[in-house]
Amino acid sequence: MEEIQPRIQIEPGSQGECVTLYGSWNAAILAMPANWRPIAAALDRKAKEAMDISWDLRQVERLDHTGAQMLWNAWGRCWPKHVLLLDVQRTTLSRVAALTVPTPVPDRPRRGEWLAHLGRWWLASAVQIKEFTALIGQLLLDVLQMLRRPDRAPWHDISVHIFRIGAMALPITALVGFLIGVVLAYLMSQQLRQLGASIYVVNILGGGLIRELGPVLTAILIAGRSGSAITAQIGAMQVTEELDAMRVMGISPSARLVLPRAIALSLVMPMLAVWTIAAALAGGMLVCDAALGLSPGYFFHALPKAVHLGSLSLALAKSVVFGWGVALIGCHFGLRVRSDTQSLGAGTTASVVMCITMVLCVDAIFAIAFRGVGL
Amino acid sequence: MSRVAPVVVIDKLWSAFRVRGVQTIIHQNLDLTVERGEMLSIVGGSGSGKTVLLRQMLGLESPLRGAVQVLGHPAGGLASQGVASQVGMLFQHGALFSAFTVLENIALPLLELRTLPKSLIRDIAMVKLQMVGLSPAHAHKMPADLSGGMIKRVALARALVMDPPLLLLDEPTAGLDPDAAEDFCTLLSALREELRLSVVMVTHDLDTLYALSTRIAVVADKHVVVCAPPAEVVNCPHPFIETFFQGGRGLRAMEVLRASAPPA
Repeated sequence: MEEIQPRIQIEPGSQGECVTLYGSWNAAILAMPANWRPIAAALDRKAKEAMDISWDLRQVERLDHTGAQMLWNAWGRCWPKHVLLLDVQRTTLSRVAALTVPTPVPDRPRRGEWLAHLGRWWLASAVQIKEFTALIGQLLLDVLQMLRRPDRAPWHDISVHIFRIGAMALPITALVGFLIGVVLAYLMSQQLRQLGASIYVVNILGGGLIRELGPVLTAILIAGRSGSAITAQIGAMQVTEELDAMRVMGISPSARLVLPRAIALSLVMPMLAVWTIAAALAGGMLVCDAALGLSPGYFFHALPKAVHLGSLSLALAKSVVFGWGVALIGCHFGLRVRSDTQSLGAGTTASVVMCITMVLCVDAIFAIAFRGVGL
Repeated sequence: MSRVAPVVVIDKLWSAFRVRGVQTIIHQNLDLTVERGEMLSIVGGSGSGKTVLLRQMLGLESPLRGAVQVLGHPAGGLASQGVASQVGMLFQHGALFSAFTVLENIALPLLELRTLPKSLIRDIAMVKLQMVGLSPAHAHKMPADLSGGMIKRVALARALVMDPPLLLLDEPTAGLDPDAAEDFCTLLSALREELRLSVVMVTHDLDTLYALSTRIAVVADKHVVVCAPPAEVVNCPHPFIETFFQGGRGLRAMEVLRASAPPA
């Protein structure tokens, strides 16, 4: 069995001390802590006089670049006067000697760099806004084109997205809606019973859920579920150059990727909102029956009186806008992905955050603009 | 000469991949042995499972039946056996970590050992970077800023950083310009001499194939048809070998090689 453990032996010789190396001098062996410490310490001790003593490497089993680099550094990066080597070891050491260069220093930020950063950030934001505006404009043009030539519209893609974004989201939206309905009705019932105003729970549930909570809740769920998916899909296509392939074939990515998603989302979002509201009201109704003794019959009787048609229309209109917004933001960040995996992750995160922020902002705008409707 | 244990032993390997529940067998009773210090090239048609064979050696795919032994250990648990550091792999598209700089990518295998000092590791990584023909100026670039050929070189530097006894290369010269491909061949044969590397490579590049291989394994009909030195393989009667080596490109490559070789 060949000797593996690297070791250093120092003997007095005719021309001063002679350092003989034994064992395997390669990365995997040297890096074992048990081998590394004694070797590093011994080389350190000899570093000062490395030039004047003689070195014998001929017993070394396998000298790789790690071992060679270690010796070269110990020798102070020049050849000692007396060194005995095998030919292959000389080649390895010569290569290390020739190629050892100081590591270039990475560019450090200069003074005043923060100002440039700020400027670049502003410019990047401006570019984003410009691109987003262009995306909206292109989408409008695509819609007009679709209305003019409905036979050439991507109907199949639209139906696929309606299924994926809408039908597949039915269970999760129903579950979340139902639970919110239960929690809300339960909290209300506690307070209203003390005031003897239990029957108003229907007004609060109906008004709150239909006008505000239902559409916003649905939009946030879909933003998290589909907004991120849209960004990831389009971003992955960007990374694999599929988008470039589409452009080369004369297929417009906006007409084939953005338009179907925007149309599907704007159709699906109001429907999902109604579905979520229905689930939430069902949850609320159950709690009313159990906690307040208000029968489902009364609930159905009182609900139409408590909620105006205007509130319902407002909720549906809001949902359509949420749908367009989620689709546009998802596509926008997807198209901005560059060809590395980091930017895909960053784009997806930014997309979800922007989608949810957009939902809340649009909701606030609607609340102010239509404060006279249906209340 | 004393008998040295082979670095890779593949014994009656069956492998398959699954697409939507349908199983497709790609290797059937495949045997292959890689001896220490040899340069084995695997050739075969598209979809004949050359890359899968490399992945089997790395333990990234598990065999349906049969066994794969790498450096005396079953390939399945390379990492847990502690021999992962002794196998270098060059992936077809580089597989650099996009979050790290070039230097960090190359240094990563050494850093993972957690013993060597950072300054030494940096020196070694810089040497490897230049060994594959890149200038030190590229050290702090991100992989996204590099061209395809440069990514390939950095990936090769990373595969070589530990000077592993076994090197697996998937299409090493694809995407390199002729100059770089030639440098690569020179570098690899020099390293093999110095460090007794064993190399297994998948390649379609006939030049590289003739320049480096000590043996060529031809994978066709789900097993290794022949595994022999290039001169013998070329004359083996098999339809794939005939089209691959005796076809237009094969003959041209051989012609050029003969013309450029010094007269005997």
